[in-house]
Amino acid sequence: MTSDLGGRVVVLAGGLSPERDVSIRSGRRVAEALRGHGVSVDTLDVDGSLLAALAEDRPSCVVPLLHGAAGEDGALRGVLDALGLPYVGSRPSACRSTFDKPVASAAVRAAGVAAPESVVLAATTFRELGAGPVLAAIESSLGLPLMVKPTRGGSSLGASVVRSAAELPAAMMAAFAYGDIVVIERYVAGTEVAVSVLDDGDEPRALPVVEIAPDGGFYDYGARYTAGATEFFVPARLPADVLAACAQAAVTAHSVLGLRHWSRSDLIVDAEGRPWFLEANVAPGMTETSTYPQALAAAGLELGAVTLGLVRRALAE
Amino acid sequence: MEPQGTRLDPWIDAYAQRTQGLTASQVRALFAVASRPEVVSLAGGMPYVSALPLDALADTVAQLVRDRGAQALQYGSGQGDVTLREQILDVMAPVGVRAHPDDIVVTAGSQMALDLVVRVFCDPGDVVLVEAPTYVTALGVFSSYQCQVVHVPMDGEGMRADALREAIAALRAQGRTPKLIYTIPSFHNPAGVTQGSQRRAEVLEVARSTGILLLEDDPYGLLGFDGEVPRAIRADEADGVVYLGTFSKTIAAGLRIGWAVAPHGVREKLVLANETATLCPSNFAQLTISSYLATQPWFEQVKVFREVYRERRDALLESLESLMPPGTTWTVPAGGFYSWVTLPAGLDATAMLPRAVAALVAYVPGTGFYAPGAGGEHELRLSYCYPEPDRIREGVRRLAGVIETEVELAATFGSPTSAPVRSGPTAPTPDLA
Ligand SMILES: Nc1ncnc2c1ncn2[C@@H]1O[C@H](COP(=O)(O)OP(=O)(O)O)[C@@H](O)[C@H]1O
Ligand SMILES: [Mg+2]
Repeated sequence: MTSDLGGRVVVLAGGLSPERDVSIRSGRRVAEALRGHGVSVDTLDVDGSLLAALAEDRPSCVVPLLHGAAGEDGALRGVLDALGLPYVGSRPSACRSTFDKPVASAAVRAAGVAAPESVVLAATTFRELGAGPVLAAIESSLGLPLMVKPTRGGSSLGASVVRSAAELPAAMMAAFAYGDIVVIERYVAGTEVAVSVLDDGDEPRALPVVEIAPDGGFYDYGARYTAGATEFFVPARLPADVLAACAQAAVTAHSVLGLRHWSRSDLIVDAEGRPWFLEANVAPGMTETSTYPQALAAAGLELGAVTLGLVRRALAE
Repeated sequence: MEPQGTRLDPWIDAYAQRTQGLTASQVRALFAVASRPEVVSLAGGMPYVSALPLDALADTVAQLVRDRGAQALQYGSGQGDVTLREQILDVMAPVGVRAHPDDIVVTAGSQMALDLVVRVFCDPGDVVLVEAPTYVTALGVFSSYQCQVVHVPMDGEGMRADALREAIAALRAQGRTPKLIYTIPSFHNPAGVTQGSQRRAEVLEVARSTGILLLEDDPYGLLGFDGEVPRAIRADEADGVVYLGTFSKTIAAGLRIGWAVAPHGVREKLVLANETATLCPSNFAQLTISSYLATQPWFEQVKVFREVYRERRDALLESLESLMPPGTTWTVPAGGFYSWVTLPAGLDATAMLPRAVAALVAYVPGTGFYAPGAGGEHELRLSYCYPEPDRIREGVRRLAGVIETEVELAATFGSPTSAPVRSGPTAPTPDLA
């Protein structure tokens, strides 16, 4: 049934990023889903033996499900390009700008989607100018609460909500532990949603909007990967016009960032019903508790069939 | 119509209260990376089983299956194989524990014995006294039986008897009597310290005079580096102490065989609880150990392990000494697997872990060794049991760089650094004092 692929499909999962475990779960799920369609699938980790393994038994197509740097910043996909291997998902340059949150936000804001005001700072800046005055200036311009996160990260690792100035230093330390550059942005109160985008036809389209309601209020690592710790609503409990605006925002992000095949945008809808863009993901999580598979299911689609369709698309492109 | 949400787990409302602590965590996520070979893991406490005479063990197992396979592969007694229990008496002779084979209950690792003791003694809400810090998976057991954990401060000689007495008095004043005093007197996990004989006597005296059962956990007792084996507390008190032993560090952790030595009444209950939990500990593993003890120079092998771990301990201490930034202190273990490190003021070991893992070195943050919110923020555990000495040195080099960067950041963000700066090996560390 899938002999037309001309070889095995390789799912890439694992890697050295702090999201290794998440990636392994995403990879396992997608691999199983593809096998359900008779596809021959191998899952490979990213290490010193990867290139030899790819050369020895050249796959027809690669599905990178690596989360975090290397997997999402385009570096690994650049290598796949160099090897002439087709893969599912976005091209390296699009990944590069998407994985960098402030770069992505600027592009999406320019396309007319609201994105929270933010300041992007390196640790060296704080050292040179003194953390106290810099933080005070940020606090007075953006107000409290604030969101602090590494510019290049995922799964809320290193991200924290800052509700009082006293919490800022610890939040900065936590974010800088994950990277050298940190974004401090206005905290948007409202309903958090994830909007999955699928490009398997003529145009990228948004899948049903998934509303995220974590028990603890913050969609942190524990809320994401402890089954039951978060309640999801599909579609989100929002008026139809707001749902449409969310869908539009995610499709706009997908398009202006030059993304391919699949992506997910994380948004917060404020009290006025306006969606704010937080970030877009080039390798959306596919774990048992991730939102992309929930959106697919709500659209009446099946993960294996969708992935296989994208594999075929990658082969044809 | 109310929109229906999903929690992706239909059983979410059905779980028992005791599962509440079982959540996904950033620290676990980072440990997943630490399992990659690029990372020097000073985190896990894996014994270096490669030092075992594997060929001899293979022969032992082959012969066991050939000669006594029908017995080894059958159910066994809930108390454990009687020959093995006799041999365990020999294994405990160096720590001075004298008992009858009937006093011993063999379990699936001493972890199971710990679980059974808590199961037999503790109702939800009962108080258990433990060291500060203490063995992480003991905390897991206490939490799964919904015990309240009260930490007793340590110094360079482990649990402080005066603090223990005060803690008990304070609890009694609230109308509460602790059920257990849980202690690891020799080569403590994670603190790396050892109770001297005087201290042991004092701790025992507190237990005796207050009538509280002492639970003595002794996985590392034979692994002292100067060849002297600390005398177990159980050696001087048979009625008020339950002693836990294991073959995990002296033979092989994968066989999962440990034991408890307990006074008559307690032991009867432990046997019944053991049967309820597992029917019997693995007969195959018990007979494998029994054959190994009977045919191999097992104590010579313990000496080999001591040498392996001593060399690694030295590699760790030497590189800590030459590389750690000012303000870092650590304990000097005389045996066992661990040193307990206190970071320079203002540093948080959990918050620093992602930086460490990115630099390809891993440790266990101190908070894991405390009940939630009870301490350990500025501390971490380093294990030297598994990596080769050169890898240990490399790991410490990486960790030193990580701490330096973190110190700089903490200075930038104005964390309180007013505490006097101390450095180097120490007992006690500030937080243990
Ligand atoms: N500006 C913000 N206002 C409110 N919440 C935010 C904001 N930015 C991020 N968050 C919260 O933090 C989480 C992680 O942030 P996000 O930008 O999606 O990064 P990542 O998912 O890559 O870690 C989001 O899911 C959201 O719950
Ligand atoms: Mg996100």
